[in-house]
Amino acid sequence: MPAIEDSGVVVLGWWVSMFTTRVRIALAEKGISYEYIEEDIPNKSPLLLKHNPIYKKVPVLIHKGKPICESLIIVQYIHETWKEGYPLLPSDPFLKSQAAFWADYIDKHIYQVVKLTWDSKGEEMQKRVEEFLGYLKVLERELGEKPYFNGESFGFVDMALICYYSHIIGFGKIGNFSVEKDTPKLFAWATQCMKRESVSMTLADPNKIYELLIEIRKKNGLED
Amino acid sequence: MFKKSVNKGMEKVKLFATWSSPFVKRIIWALKLKNIEHEIIYEDLANKSPELLKYNPIHKKVPVLVHNEIPICESLVILEYIDETWKDAPRPLLPKDPLDKANQRFWAKFSDDQVLPSFYGYIMKQGNEKEEAKETTLAHLKRVEQLLSEKKFLSGESVGFLDLVFGWLAENSRPLEVVTGLKLFDEDSFPNLCAWRDKFLEVPAIKESWPDQETLIAKYQEINLSKGK
Repeated sequence: MPAIEDSGVVVLGWWVSMFTTRVRIALAEKGISYEYIEEDIPNKSPLLLKHNPIYKKVPVLIHKGKPICESLIIVQYIHETWKEGYPLLPSDPFLKSQAAFWADYIDKHIYQVVKLTWDSKGEEMQKRVEEFLGYLKVLERELGEKPYFNGESFGFVDMALICYYSHIIGFGKIGNFSVEKDTPKLFAWATQCMKRESVSMTLADPNKIYELLIEIRKKNGLED
Repeated sequence: MFKKSVNKGMEKVKLFATWSSPFVKRIIWALKLKNIEHEIIYEDLANKSPELLKYNPIHKKVPVLVHNEIPICESLVILEYIDETWKDAPRPLLPKDPLDKANQRFWAKFSDDQVLPSFYGYIMKQGNEKEEAKETTLAHLKRVEQLLSEKKFLSGESVGFLDLVFGWLAENSRPLEVVTGLKLFDEDSFPNLCAWRDKFLEVPAIKESWPDQETLIAKYQEINLSKGK
């Protein structure tokens, strides 16, 4: 009997992983049906270890039995393989390079600071919050007056950032800042993005993310 | 901020660079492989030019490619931009097949996120940290060695994107060996990697770009001396 992963499209993911969300948003925008397998992190399945031996991380897209790893690379792969339907990236080389630049910026700066909710408090936390708001404000300036980072329509950079949103809300509760008050343009942009089914159906519940963050912080002795 | 304008005929390409940056060199090689006329502006990172800061206000780093006054930053992004913009130049740097492309992008990220930092960690760190970095780097290099089994170049039959991305390793490993005495890999344990290094350095576009191996040795020696070692 053929293995699950040999037929069509399979995604190995984890509900907490913003990178998994990113890939699922891309697939939904393209209208591609796939088999979703929820990993029980940290008990990683043999399937995951087989298809991502280097990093052993989610998400992994398995297409006709071949794995593709790293979420931005996966989204590009989806864009290049399924040429019809919603364009995930601009066709113009310059606009594409801009999209790649900003997605890279987001993963460099937003990810590491969100991760730091797990292990800082007090003054250290306040420093992190300031640094984080700095990055959000750079992104706000880049957004400018456009409805989306991609311009008139939802695109690569929007997908790259919105997948962090539940974590950002959770971080805001812990670090005592508000996206709505501190970065109102980003708040408006996020609200707009969440009207899309691809986003609303796949973004993790921010309350569940917040509960998880608190649990991790308690384990690390950062919360009473 | 920067709006692209269609500028037929007069293509002006500038590259903001430093001699030592592994991320810069790969762009110079790409421009040469594609026969793209360009001007290189060497920056003093302790004293960045207003032009560099204007073209890369976010990261303030090299390389920056400026094409008809439009800047593109981040070396992997620049490489793909070059490949897509100068499509008709001798050869594509990246394969056409999306899966092959995804694999090359994956290993490119592996080079920059894993191999490069641990390699330079090994060169620069001391004591236990040096040992750990050495072990990590060797483990990474074993994967690269595997990639080269049955392949002439990392990109396949001819030099391409992935070779340019890993080119920092081919270019710097011997000069750093000479200057620091630290030899990380040899022909016995890494035959594919060593063979690839030799082939890569013989590619005319690579061989003819500055600084060459001798100049690199001299420059690394200078740095060592100025640190009072």
